[in-house]
Amino acid sequence: MNTLTVSPSPHVHGGDSVKKNMYGVVIALLPALAASLYYFGIGALVVTLTSVVSCVLFEWLIQKYLLRVPTTVSDGSAILTGLLLAFNMPTYLPIWIIIIGSLVAIGIGKMSFGGLGNNPFNPALVGRVFLLISFPVQMTLWPKPFESRFSYFNLTPDILDATTGATPLAAMKEGIANGETVSQIMDKLPSFNEMFFGLMGGSAGEVAAGMLLIGLVYLLLKKIITWHIPVSVIGSIFIFTGILHVVDPLVYASPVFHILTGGVMLGAIFMATDYVSSPMSNKGMILYGVGIGVITVLIRVFGSYPEGVSFAILIMNGFVPLIDRYIKPKRFGESVKPLKA
Amino acid sequence: MLKTFSLGGVHPAENKLSAGQKIEVLPVPEQVSVPIAQHIGAPSEPLVKKGDTVKVGQLIAKSAGFVSANIHSPVSGIVQKIDDVLDASGYKRKAIIIKTEGDEWDESIDRSPALNKTIVASPEEIVKKVGAAGIVGLGGATFPAHVKLSVPPGKKCDVLILNGVECEPYLTSDHQLMMEKGEEIMVGTQILMKGLGVDRAIIGIENNKKDAIEHLTNLAKDYSGIEIQPLKVQYPQGGEKQLIDACIGRQIPSGKLPIEVGAVVQNVGTTFAVYEAVQKNKPLFERVVTVTGKSVSKPSNFLTRVGTPISTLIEAAGGLPEGTGKVIGGGPMMGKALSSIEVPVTKGSSGVLVVPEAESKRSEVQNCIRCSKCVSACPMGLSPYLLMTLSNKAMWDRAEEGKIMDCIECGSCSFTCPSSRPLLDYIRFGKGKVGQIIRGRNK
Ligand code: SF4
Ligand code: SF4
Repeated sequence: MNTLTVSPSPHVHGGDSVKKNMYGVVIALLPALAASLYYFGIGALVVTLTSVVSCVLFEWLIQKYLLRVPTTVSDGSAILTGLLLAFNMPTYLPIWIIIIGSLVAIGIGKMSFGGLGNNPFNPALVGRVFLLISFPVQMTLWPKPFESRFSYFNLTPDILDATTGATPLAAMKEGIANGETVSQIMDKLPSFNEMFFGLMGGSAGEVAAGMLLIGLVYLLLKKIITWHIPVSVIGSIFIFTGILHVVDPLVYASPVFHILTGGVMLGAIFMATDYVSSPMSNKGMILYGVGIGVITVLIRVFGSYPEGVSFAILIMNGFVPLIDRYIKPKRFGESVKPLKA
Repeated sequence: MLKTFSLGGVHPAENKLSAGQKIEVLPVPEQVSVPIAQHIGAPSEPLVKKGDTVKVGQLIAKSAGFVSANIHSPVSGIVQKIDDVLDASGYKRKAIIIKTEGDEWDESIDRSPALNKTIVASPEEIVKKVGAAGIVGLGGATFPAHVKLSVPPGKKCDVLILNGVECEPYLTSDHQLMMEKGEEIMVGTQILMKGLGVDRAIIGIENNKKDAIEHLTNLAKDYSGIEIQPLKVQYPQGGEKQLIDACIGRQIPSGKLPIEVGAVVQNVGTTFAVYEAVQKNKPLFERVVTVTGKSVSKPSNFLTRVGTPISTLIEAAGGLPEGTGKVIGGGPMMGKALSSIEVPVTKGSSGVLVVPEAESKRSEVQNCIRCSKCVSACPMGLSPYLLMTLSNKAMWDRAEEGKIMDCIECGSCSFTCPSSRPLLDYIRFGKGKVGQIIRGRNK
């Protein structure tokens, strides 16, 4: 008789895998990617392809020739980092800058810490923030949806002038600084409806709030993530800016404006929820989410940058080990109900 | 919304292939080997020696302490020897080997099939009879049943909870028993209630056994104080702590027993054995065992004598299929992989699961991606990923602080992990170490 395998229980596995989760997130990004290609055309295509291909390539090269370990590019995490990085970049960004961003994201953000599972910071955000600091001009040149669709390789000053503009957040910040009231500024900006569909300047994948929300529904249905982080980030931004707005509606924009613009949806749904760099317990996730929300608003309203989601997430990434050390999941039998008499 | 336990849990494919298969009585085997350690607690002391003639139901090894159990001969015949044999634990342990001759039962056992509803035994007699009959938890925990019926001084029990959950995938022995021996289980429940002095009993059954829920609900109308509680299908609902939480919403504090929250839990199979012991004077020497698996040609529920080789059961279910990679004693989540199919059926054998080669290997282990799915799955609210790391690094203080001893070894964490990390393997090891440290400290 053949020998029987003797191994400890459990003897069955649920069939979940790293791949399923990574590609699941990629699928959840597809609606927003479609919107991005539709609004930003050639630029979106170039940025996305360059970023994904170079992230995968850098991961493969580093693992094969530098670390000499088995490559893990097939697990989908490099593709995901590439996509997320692309989503966080404006679509007129030159190819060489995208490649540098990918190298920083994969090389420094991920591999230098020991690869998938060990990176304390979200790799795509590491890449993005590096670029923002190194190339502030190129990283804040915002193509307008539709108008910029057919331009990328033919960027003359005229075209540039005609097809780019400020993001709503930047316009708001500047307007307030110039003494305009919120409602005066809002009159010049797209309506909330248009913002919901993404008809405004911004990074390739961040503009279409509606599409990102479809992605959220998919992630929740597939149980890839739980509601705790997205809800606490969006909720705390809404509440915080809501309070400010009630206190002084002339200088503080409405909470709806804040959650529809900039990177809130992309950040809350896809960046802050990165498994590796977010907390492990539900309570910890909520604390982390609220932290991101509060820091984002502080930067947006009181800081010098118009947008703060990326910084807020990176800062809270840094607190994750502390959160996990001190905030434990709810234990069984912890809160004992008294016996009924 | 159906009730269930409040933290964690997973939903493995149910695969109840042998559901609805009538309990089939297996022929008495030619030879049995009856281990003297079939229960939690001290191994029993053999009372027979080589050459002795024994009858079915005769006491052959007696309980060796408060937490221990009597063992009765499952066959009539002659004791061949007392020897070390391989059992389901994977170790060689002492067993009484009896060669069968005929099938002569001890005269005191009432073999008539008639239902006996009148309970004449007093509470004290009930506890004594349950102890004398060698009844242990038949769900697999094998904790001596009479010990649970003896409520320690200062504690109070107000509800009896019966476990008809059978949350392990594949297993159907309890389900089938509830369908075929429902009345006996009702009377058994009343006996246990009388023994404990409670007037309320709840039978928890998962909602994938609708026929059993309906059947027992109908029967319960004629018995006072017995409620049937349908439960949402969720593993590990059959865990004592989870079942109590699901049925009455009370959570046992860390390190404590069910009696702390006024509950005593018994399995439905155990309850049937209690009926037989008290009403029919029949000790525990046979039980229902599910034999199943995707490659098994005839998944079945057998009534079989303790000591029967597992191979005999597999033979009766159509033989060991070609390409079998693993045979599990119990269910796929908590069962033990057997190193040989010649090991005997014991009181705790709820099932035999035959697994094809292709499904008996684990996937390749990958890095922890910190997805927190093991944390969400843990029914005890632990952090399995962390306990694994701490066990691996031998950081026992922090493992203890992380409540490693609360782990019920349900396997939900390993089952869930997308990186196929062997979380429970490490945690089990860590539990052993931390347990030693705690015992050393308390000396
Ligand atoms: S085996 Fe232990 S740690 Fe893992 S899920 Fe079950 S109780 Fe939690
Ligand atoms: S389920 Fe596995 S990969 Fe996810 S956190 Fe737990 S150990 Fe890590």
